[in-house]
Amino acid sequence: MRRVADMFQPLSKPAEMIHESALVVLIITAGIFVVVTAMMVYVVWKFRHRGEEDQKQEPPQIYGSSHIELAWTVIPILITFVLILVTSRTIGEIQNAEMPKSAVNVRIVGHQWWWEVHYPDEGIITANEIHVPVSTRGGERRPTAIQLESADVIHSFWVPQLAGKTDLVPNRKNKTWIEPYATGTFFGNCAEFCGLQHANMLLRVIVHEPEDYKRWVATMKAPVPTPTTPEAIQGRKEFYANSCVNCHRIDGTVAAGVFGPDLTKLMTRQTIGAGVAPLNQQNLRTWIRDPQVLKTFCFMPDMKLQDSQVDAITAYLMTLK
Amino acid sequence: MNTDIVDENFEMPKPQPIGQERGSLTRIAQEMVFTVDHKVLGLMYIASGLLFFVVAGVMAVFIRLQLAVPGNTMVPPDVFNRLFTMHGTAMVFLVGMPIIFGFANYLVPLMIGARDMAFPRLNAFGFWVFFFSGILLYFSYLGAPGLYAAGSAPDVGWFAYAPLTGRAFSRGHSTDYWTLSLLLGGIGSMVTSVNIIVTAVCLRCKGMTLGRMPLFVWLFLVVAFLVIIAVPPLSACQIMLILDRYLGARFFDTQAGGSAVLWQHFFWIFGHPEVYILILPGFAIASEVIPVFSRKPIFGYPVMVAASVMIAFISLGVWAHHMFSVGMTSLENTFFAISTLLVAIPTGIKIFNWIGTMYGGKLRFELPMLFCLGFLFQFLIAGLTGVMLAIAPWDWQLTDSYFVVAHFHYVLIGGLLYTIFAGIYYWYPKALGKMPDWKLGLWHFVLFTVGFHITFFPQHIAGFLGMPRRIYTYEAGRGWDLWNLISSIGVIFQVAGILFFVLNLIYSYIWGKDAGDDPWDAWSLEWATSSPPPAYNFETIPEVRSRRPLWDLKHPEDPDWKFE
Repeated sequence: MRRVADMFQPLSKPAEMIHESALVVLIITAGIFVVVTAMMVYVVWKFRHRGEEDQKQEPPQIYGSSHIELAWTVIPILITFVLILVTSRTIGEIQNAEMPKSAVNVRIVGHQWWWEVHYPDEGIITANEIHVPVSTRGGERRPTAIQLESADVIHSFWVPQLAGKTDLVPNRKNKTWIEPYATGTFFGNCAEFCGLQHANMLLRVIVHEPEDYKRWVATMKAPVPTPTTPEAIQGRKEFYANSCVNCHRIDGTVAAGVFGPDLTKLMTRQTIGAGVAPLNQQNLRTWIRDPQVLKTFCFMPDMKLQDSQVDAITAYLMTLK
Repeated sequence: MNTDIVDENFEMPKPQPIGQERGSLTRIAQEMVFTVDHKVLGLMYIASGLLFFVVAGVMAVFIRLQLAVPGNTMVPPDVFNRLFTMHGTAMVFLVGMPIIFGFANYLVPLMIGARDMAFPRLNAFGFWVFFFSGILLYFSYLGAPGLYAAGSAPDVGWFAYAPLTGRAFSRGHSTDYWTLSLLLGGIGSMVTSVNIIVTAVCLRCKGMTLGRMPLFVWLFLVVAFLVIIAVPPLSACQIMLILDRYLGARFFDTQAGGSAVLWQHFFWIFGHPEVYILILPGFAIASEVIPVFSRKPIFGYPVMVAASVMIAFISLGVWAHHMFSVGMTSLENTFFAISTLLVAIPTGIKIFNWIGTMYGGKLRFELPMLFCLGFLFQFLIAGLTGVMLAIAPWDWQLTDSYFVVAHFHYVLIGGLLYTIFAGIYYWYPKALGKMPDWKLGLWHFVLFTVGFHITFFPQHIAGFLGMPRRIYTYEAGRGWDLWNLISSIGVIFQVAGILFFVLNLIYSYIWGKDAGDDPWDAWSLEWATSSPPPAYNFETIPEVRSRRPLWDLKHPEDPDWKFE
């Protein structure tokens, strides 16, 4: 778990390139800061007022000096020129990078306040957590090319250790990419204010070893197991009979809604409510009973289910893995 | 004139007093409503700006209380979103703008030796339009729920990105209040700017060529032009938004093929020059205060003017650096990164010239100078973090994070607000005839400076650690807890500092020493008249021969005009 998303510890290609130019800029600006602050401190100390006697005489009146002014015009121009070169190069390298054939394609659709995740090549749909393979330096590259769309307002995809932000803008298809060099779970947030629960639109990128990634894909593509316990069977009936199916989709069933997250492989996820709570039986039950408890103002309403219905649906959803 | 028709017995009709005697509350209220005096209007601008500052500041206190610890439930998300939207909108449009216009109103005519602004009635109109736009914005708390009882104050952020402002996502009238208030405020800003331009161009006293105009007036001339260029796009997109919301236009309605990015272009074509509209007056004040308390003329006056004009020009071509992450092409991103970096050149020149002004002087650490020194140091930091944000790739990481929050608070508090404090302390004796208390002011300076850095410096780090802005809560363990706690603790010092400021304003008015006409031994024309100045400003319109007319007067053996 890499909970602290420190942009100065990049573990993916675009984030590393950003980090590199950031360090150059940081060093230059730190240098300027030290020099100019030193000038200010020196001047303020050296030329401070020294008693009333001293005050009677005005200091020599100097109106300017074209030589000095020219110097401190030219020096900033030179520094700016260096910065322009650094910037232009990195922009091109990141934005115009060619994706190899081995790249994984992911399509993300932002919703108020969750992420819909598609793997078009594999036919997988999931939510809020993106699984990708790790890439090796020098070896076979496995970057992930990400297409970003939005179903409602503007959101922004941001996992600091993997890449900078790219917005999910309705009516547009934006592109970004990541190429992680380390496995683990990376944390990110929606970074563009998108309404009431902007704070709880969290994102996780889970980077696997290549074999583990294959295994994950296989799990996601496997058919959903049919429930066996009576309670789960009852739960499935309740799920079909209530309006759950209008918003949620479970592959191969009558549940074909598109407004809420796909539940086909719900139990493969780590969290519920786009990261608002860990996904376990207790939280799932709380969520089904009344989603507003865990995530106020989310669009899933309190369905006013009875306790027995809540238990049954929980039991059914727990089988979706 | 034919004197024959003068009737010896004619008596001037006496004006009928509506209120009671001078000084009574009704009389003061009546004078405030009726006045077209630029000085009274200027003070009213500043006073109402400070009033809104307190209100919007209290909102910020609640924001910091909520974010002090992770998982806090004190402020619910809907209330929190209103808090930061109203805080931001108010601080920019109801605090920054009116206070700078207040300074312009009060000082531009005095500094150029004029009796009033060019259009006094328009001036009063501008003030009242601004004032009611502020009332309208805050009235949203009561009025916006409307008949449908949906919504309350605006909650879409101060730049109100589409389509969050569309009917589908913003129900009730909260967005309408925001839109109409800004539309109204925009009218006020534009008429005031026209007034400033006409005044500075047409009403300068004899001998005051453009090359002898105080830098303060020069900078406000530039600001006024920027307002006239930048505010119309804002008003235009507000009107488009209203059309979208009520007449079925589809400018920003993405579900009907509109463009969300279009709003951003419109808003930031206004929004970025707006930053310079707010900070150039800060430069204006610093350029008056630093020379006087260094006992030297401003270093490189022509270059300072040129740099200001250059900043204004460049600022019109940098707006999309607020949009590096919306998915522009690499060419567009590169263009805006370069144009933004260019701003660093004239800004650097200015900072160096202020240091050059102090070099070789005899610095007196009176209150205005203290705040200007704070400004110099903090604006240096703000400028350098600005350079970091201009590097488009790094901006992809930094934008919309707490780093940006820290950056623009360093600009607007560390830069603008510090010069506003400097300006208030500097011209307080002129406007009210009393000296501000140095000790209380020192407390204000120390407490506020400590609090400011404790609050905003850690936000840079929270941003580096991936904390997005505008979140009402965050989970523990993301590395943000400590920085947010420190940040919130700083607020205590800032509030204490502001209390000393308010105390000083009141204390000095009642018990302060009499200031006299020219307490700082300064050189511009406003110090040539009495404190406070009479309604007509100058008994005889002065005539100037240099940039520092009062220096010439005080040093006839060594006048400026010999050297300029």
